[in-house]
Amino acid sequence: MPLIIKLLAQRIALGLILLFLVSGLIFAGTIILPGDVAQSILGQSATPEALANLRAELGLNEPALQRYLSWLGGLVQGDLGTALTSGRDIGESISQRLSNTLFLAFWAAIVAVPLAIFLGLLAVRFRERWPDKAISGVTLASISIPEFLIGYVLMFFFGVKLGWFYPTATAFRPDAALFDKLESIALPVATLTLVVLAHMMRMTRAAILNVMQSAYIETAELKGLNGLQVIVRHALPNAIAPIVNVVMLNLAYLVVGVVVIEVVFVYPGMGQYLVDSVSKRDVPVVQACGIIFAAVYIGMNMIADIVSILSNPRLRHPK
Amino acid sequence: MRIPLAAAIGLFFTALYFLAAIFAPLLAPYGYAEVVSTGYWDPPSAEFLLGTDGIGRDLLSRMIYGGRTTIFVATAATILSFTTGSVLGFLAAVAGGWVDQLLSRFVDLLMSIPSLIFALVVLSVMPVTLPVLVLVMGLLDSTRVFRLSRAVAVDIEVMDYVEAARLRGEKTIWIIFREILPNALSPLVAEMGLRFIFMVLFVSTLSFLGLGIQPPQADWGGIVKENAEGIVYGIPAALMPAFAIATLAISVNLVADWVLNRTTSLKGGRG
Repeated sequence: MPLIIKLLAQRIALGLILLFLVSGLIFAGTIILPGDVAQSILGQSATPEALANLRAELGLNEPALQRYLSWLGGLVQGDLGTALTSGRDIGESISQRLSNTLFLAFWAAIVAVPLAIFLGLLAVRFRERWPDKAISGVTLASISIPEFLIGYVLMFFFGVKLGWFYPTATAFRPDAALFDKLESIALPVATLTLVVLAHMMRMTRAAILNVMQSAYIETAELKGLNGLQVIVRHALPNAIAPIVNVVMLNLAYLVVGVVVIEVVFVYPGMGQYLVDSVSKRDVPVVQACGIIFAAVYIGMNMIADIVSILSNPRLRHPK
Repeated sequence: MRIPLAAAIGLFFTALYFLAAIFAPLLAPYGYAEVVSTGYWDPPSAEFLLGTDGIGRDLLSRMIYGGRTTIFVATAATILSFTTGSVLGFLAAVAGGWVDQLLSRFVDLLMSIPSLIFALVVLSVMPVTLPVLVLVMGLLDSTRVFRLSRAVAVDIEVMDYVEAARLRGEKTIWIIFREILPNALSPLVAEMGLRFIFMVLFVSTLSFLGLGIQPPQADWGGIVKENAEGIVYGIPAALMPAFAIATLAISVNLVADWVLNRTTSLKGGRG
């Protein structure tokens, strides 16, 4: 078997094992409470009957391992269980919300990725001069403010004061025309873009600067190419692999950003569903959302590694 | 010792925030839960310097008390994260073998999901109290400290003086606390600043989601949540914590940068 296939198979297998272990971790996370989960869900004033009912419903009378296995079995067959509070099938409630969330994350990525690479190139071209310094200043500011506040700042100025965009995403309808949908999510997309932009830009800058120290860049400079040509023709192609890696890692980070941003803009996605269910202590929904977020995150990281393996021959020959 | 201007500014503001947190009851003009006005979202005035919030509490007082809660919780979580993470990280490096494997693989597993998602999962069954918050945030974050301390300790572990200590028969505890810790301190201190900021952002985010510090207790994330409704009416009260968090974060970053630069230049440029 060619080495590259073997490496890829290993990485995919690792991803699957990780996902399996994470499912155990998430399940364990909901039973680590030393006391009684039913008690903590219903509060101190709950009647003994209500407690007994909830325990039976959660299957708390069975051993933890058995509960985990039956939960995992359902998960593998696509059965996410039923929500405690609404009694509805979780899979049904999630599918629409998941596609809404992916829609939001997709458009944020479409805007953020090219912008980050362009600004990263700009920072390298004018390094140590004002465009570079301005970009790193904005970067420092944006990693110093939590995501949800960036969202509210944009909402306040561009949604309310200037009135350019819808302040919240309540106008979002999944079955509306594409343009209307985009119009209603303009601000959440802008916020998510700002959230991931800074890190992506910095790493792009670092990746290109790293290549810029090579001898062939000096050759290119000495033969009289101008700065931009050196970067675009010689540095960029060799920096593609680390950049793609950074992009994937940041898209994975979008998964976290999306949870908070959906709450800020009242967007009907997975993140809001998760947060609502946590405050309602709807454990089955929390577990289901948790494992889906984890799967997306692990998947993105896996793709990042696969891209590195494919694009960098040096990684294929471990010493 | 000369302190560069940026670091001095950072130190000054960091100290200011911590002092304000400690002396909040003396500084705040009103109580944090005291309803002082019948109106809601009064604009700033001589009586209420930052105006009032949605139910007529003084915003300046809530910001000061909020800073106290946020900074205390973040500090406690950072201390927990550092003690757990660094001791286990040093242990993994010194003990090696299966101890190292076990700890490192478990940390890999914990870090394979975003800490916010895992915190939400755990908080769905835990009662949301201050000790629980500190525990969840500190332990989840200790994974990062573990990785750093292990990496630093692996480098120190091969030094002659550690070998000498081993040969004269010192125990693992001695090697961790008397040989590794003093030499690993500077990179850890720089990292501590960054972890502290991360904790401030983390606890603010949890409170904003309604899963952190519970009302009527004030904290910066909670102030955003309470006043978020005002945004659509053009009332900027919810944006106030943005300024506080950003200035604190930037100040601590400036200090951490300076500590990091100092330690790397002392060690002859080792990054």
